[in-house]
Amino acid sequence: MILATISRCAVATFRRSHSIRQLSSVITSDVCEDIVHGPLTTFSEDEEMTRDAAKQWAQEKLKPLVRRMDDECKLLPEVIESLFQQGFMGMEIEEEYGGSGLNFTSACLVIEEISRVDPSVAILADIHNTLTNNAVRFWGSPTQKSKWLPRLAYGTVSSFALSEANSGSDAFAMKTTATPSKDGSHYTLNGSKLWISNAPEAGVFLVFANADPSKGYKGITAFLVDANTDGITVGKPEKKLGLRASATCPVVFENVKVDADDILGDIGQGYKYCINILNEGRIGIAAQQIGIAKGCLDIAMPYMMERTQFDTKIADFQGMQHQYAQIATEVHAAELMAYNACRLKESGLPFIKQASMVKLYSSQVAERAASKTIEWLGGIGFTQDLLAEKFYRDCKVGSIYEGTSNMQLQTVAKLMQKDYS
Amino acid sequence: MKILVGVKRVVDYAVKVRVQNNTVDLKNIKMSLNPFCEIAVEEAVRLKEQKVADEVVAMTIGPKQATETLRTALAMGADRAIHIMTDLRTDYMELQPFAVSQIFQKIVEEEKSDLVLLGKQGIDSDCGQTGPMLAGLLDWPQITFAANIETDGTSMTVERETDSGTETIKIPQLPAVVTCDLRLNEPRYATLPNIMKAKKKKVDTRVAEDMGIDLSPRNQVLEVFEPAPRKEGIMVEDIDSLIDKLKNEAGVIA
Repeated sequence: MILATISRCAVATFRRSHSIRQLSSVITSDVCEDIVHGPLTTFSEDEEMTRDAAKQWAQEKLKPLVRRMDDECKLLPEVIESLFQQGFMGMEIEEEYGGSGLNFTSACLVIEEISRVDPSVAILADIHNTLTNNAVRFWGSPTQKSKWLPRLAYGTVSSFALSEANSGSDAFAMKTTATPSKDGSHYTLNGSKLWISNAPEAGVFLVFANADPSKGYKGITAFLVDANTDGITVGKPEKKLGLRASATCPVVFENVKVDADDILGDIGQGYKYCINILNEGRIGIAAQQIGIAKGCLDIAMPYMMERTQFDTKIADFQGMQHQYAQIATEVHAAELMAYNACRLKESGLPFIKQASMVKLYSSQVAERAASKTIEWLGGIGFTQDLLAEKFYRDCKVGSIYEGTSNMQLQTVAKLMQKDYS
Repeated sequence: MKILVGVKRVVDYAVKVRVQNNTVDLKNIKMSLNPFCEIAVEEAVRLKEQKVADEVVAMTIGPKQATETLRTALAMGADRAIHIMTDLRTDYMELQPFAVSQIFQKIVEEEKSDLVLLGKQGIDSDCGQTGPMLAGLLDWPQITFAANIETDGTSMTVERETDSGTETIKIPQLPAVVTCDLRLNEPRYATLPNIMKAKKKKVDTRVAEDMGIDLSPRNQVLEVFEPAPRKEGIMVEDIDSLIDKLKNEAGVIA
């Protein structure tokens, strides 16, 4: 339903802009922006400067802290502070609310560059920017925007509280309820969320709860809940294979009172919001996976060009060359898919199929790149002397969170059928 | 106090340059803000934050793309910028320090700057001449290789790095030209909001060729070549052979 509506109006936009292109003398610069034919790996000055800023910060300030945060399973407070200070937490938020007013591509470039150094730090920024911030920007009332966006830009970490023990892929099967008060002035949340990233650091939760279970998923409502509210308990972080520095916790809501004013958008529309925001959020995950793959090559290539066996640089053995050329080709394909999906979204064109495709593909590419990297490094790749083994552990969740690979395949298949019917 | 900071667009410090046709190949090479100029900008912005300076103007001489360099300086905190446009190569091959310092002189006189902060040298040409030449043209005091600056806007005390240690110099009365060395400060990272706000700051553009200055090079570059690859070291048997080699082969001891 939602998909059909989105594709119809996006196609109309495309047709309009397509026909305007033929009247080249009357093209306005904003239409022109949508139909630029430069390579997908070229970016605007803003985007390049943004990417360079993230790259420099990640390589110089973040890199020395990565191993420690993974060992301690904790993000250092000064890293989170630095993310805010540098502007990496309010990227798309409008300047009037304290953000940088950047576009989605810029945000993805930042996620990629940070992931290239530490995907655990990147996921905090990714969820915050592409899920919470954008949900508030898209569906928040002017009052809500003035209340929340500056906090989200300047210093409040957010968590996206959707999943539960019995509802992962089947998100709509959630059991957390939001009971309205008699006068409708507030709601009481009851339920348990699971797998919530950034929960211990969060100052605000974007919680999805059902305000009218009799309506099934059409009762699901989105709430902005201050983490200080009575009744919220953040459980112990899971001990994970990877992304260890990123805390993933159960969050229990016990008679948590939320003002009706803190309902994001409309009651019962929460299901639409979470689908829509995750459709785009997964392009951010793709950027993370691509960053992981590139981070692996950053370790592997210099090593292979220096290490010799049998009087030969191992990078010069044809067997090795074939392998790393193959991986680099796949990484390149994934990055083109990701930035194309970004441009589709920015142009108002349909992008859901492409977003699912790139999330699916990039997580596979990251896994292959990480696995191969360990082999190329040989014995030392298997130790914690290098960060390769960390990337190998970190990448695995890429095919699971923000929509499993099987779910992405379903989405692509359904949209393919639409294309052919 | 008005500060003029020179910023130069140079080959990024991490790039491995190649020599082609007796010149450094600059095609598709990553360019960045000269690290010493970045230190100069940081110092200027700090003086403004300390309320000693009230305006920081960044200036660059370079092609159209040099606006990015100015934008970085503006994002770090410069108030406005001046872009002297030229397509001449600024890595010593065409535009050289004497012309550069004359351009600076003209701008300093127009702007009525009280302090000129420059990087000690460009990492492409490694000349280190613009600062001293500019001071000479302006007939101003100069301090090069500054590692610490203290000023109240009227007088200035600078710690200057030399090979034999630190020299402390006092300038009783500004204006002056100061060139900045590595240990002066650690430049801030431009934040994303500031990078975007920098777009709105004023940039005045001039054409170098229209400034009535002779831009032709004073020195002719005869040859450009890569340094010979470093030879492998050799192992010696004992101290005597070491001394023998140092004396008779390397000729470094008498």
